[in-house]
Amino acid sequence: MASILFIEHNGSEHRVDVPPSGSVMQAAVRSGVPGIDADCGGSCSCATCHVYVDEAWLAKVGLLSPTEEAMLSLSTDRKDNSRLACQIEVTEELDGLVVTTPEFQF
Amino acid sequence: MTEIIDPKIKSKSQWSLVGKDPYALQLDEIDLSHPGIWQANEYLPFLKRLRDEDPVHYCRESAVGPYWSVMKYKDIMHVDTSPQLFSSEPTIGIVDTLEEFTFPAFISMDPPKHDEQRRVVQGVVAPANLKNLESVIRQRAGGILDSLPIGEEFDWVNSVSIELTTQMLATLFDFPFEDRHKLTHWSDVATAIPGNGVIESQEQRWEAMEECLAYFTGLWNERINKEPGNDLISMLAHGKATKNMPPMEYLGNIILLIVGGNDTTRNSISGGVLALSQNPDQYQKLREDASLIPNMVSEIIRWQTPLAYMRRTAIQDTDLGGKAIKVGDKVIMWYASGNLDEEVIDRPGEFLIDRANARHHLSFGFGLHRCMGNRLAEMQLRIVWEEIMKRFHQVEVVGEPERIYSSFVKGYSKLPVVLHPLS
Repeated sequence: MASILFIEHNGSEHRVDVPPSGSVMQAAVRSGVPGIDADCGGSCSCATCHVYVDEAWLAKVGLLSPTEEAMLSLSTDRKDNSRLACQIEVTEELDGLVVTTPEFQF
Repeated sequence: MTEIIDPKIKSKSQWSLVGKDPYALQLDEIDLSHPGIWQANEYLPFLKRLRDEDPVHYCRESAVGPYWSVMKYKDIMHVDTSPQLFSSEPTIGIVDTLEEFTFPAFISMDPPKHDEQRRVVQGVVAPANLKNLESVIRQRAGGILDSLPIGEEFDWVNSVSIELTTQMLATLFDFPFEDRHKLTHWSDVATAIPGNGVIESQEQRWEAMEECLAYFTGLWNERINKEPGNDLISMLAHGKATKNMPPMEYLGNIILLIVGGNDTTRNSISGGVLALSQNPDQYQKLREDASLIPNMVSEIIRWQTPLAYMRRTAIQDTDLGGKAIKVGDKVIMWYASGNLDEEVIDRPGEFLIDRANARHHLSFGFGLHRCMGNRLAEMQLRIVWEEIMKRFHQVEVVGEPERIYSSFVKGYSKLPVVLHPLS
């Protein structure tokens, strides 16, 4: 199992424990974590599962694909640690991952 | 576009399929591009037949030349998210426009220029900015609703849908409020088919567009000499990627923002009234639980699909659903069909305000060209419904709606209603 902590914009915390399969977006949606819309269903084409990855975990979540980069570049809330949660695969190595959701999904 | 032509007259066009049985035609006789069946509200069985029998369909002969129709949700998603295969240039409309009548705008550009120009203006419709607009929208929506007659018939399109979206546009542009109806006019002219009442010729369209450009050039010159503001014109005038754009490109982007912010939301506001009127059980559900409004808004946008399609042009040979698409082929993504695809959407023919995964629809498109104003549109619809429910027991549709003569803009030119107050 991998434990992921989602912190909302207002500070509310949601810890979910999921098996190491699927994406961080799916982990959030299946557990009813608010703040992640995932309109496109996980195909990196709407940017409504935008999260900020805790700095300590940035290296472990891997690199952005060109498509993910392109989608994120259109967001006005883009930061250096921005990722699309649908593009982060849940693995045992990510046990303890911390991400923050933005105030709005665009 | 606001003018309606008798479908019976239009059906005399050799291309019209109005009155024909979709299952009696040969597959290659089916042509979704002609506006006839859309205006006559006969398009649904045509979409269904192609979805079931020929989901990537080639129409060899039509008034707009040969084109592919992409009917299924997943195929549409693939086309929309593959700009390296399917370009948005030179146009996203089904008609190949003459170069002299083309206004370049970022909707019909590929990366990187698209991304650079879009980035300049999207801040105005970003959720953080919208939060500041919410009280203005609510106040204006309330003002419009309070001015409506109770218990007597009037046209919802003109009195509410057009008025609200036009006021909103004027706010976003910081456009002189007393001149706001010019925006509606330019929007209608920009997308009208010549000879259908709004304009008679392309030249006439051009005259109106020149008037539009002159007006907006005046606003540009005024804003460029001021500190950068939060309205769209100021953003364009001061934005690094847009401040040196040629006049035609400025016009193109202005038209894009006017049409994008006008027709689409206008028709979804009207569409919601019609959908609830046709589904009284859903209207009752809404009365019992107003917290369903945000979810209902997504369902309205799916049900209405205010833009029936977007066009792409193949820039590589590729396979799509087993069909060979060649470089230069016109590819039409029929969002209006994908939104009814049984393989992805449960009971797609039904209007369900509490539908699970209601946000999972194609109306905004997906990928880099996903509707920039989607959150603004949702907010306008949410507020208008919140304010309607505070005031009225029912917005009753009392006659047949008149639909627009277009296979692109899917909407209404007239919707007769009677208001019933809360008892």
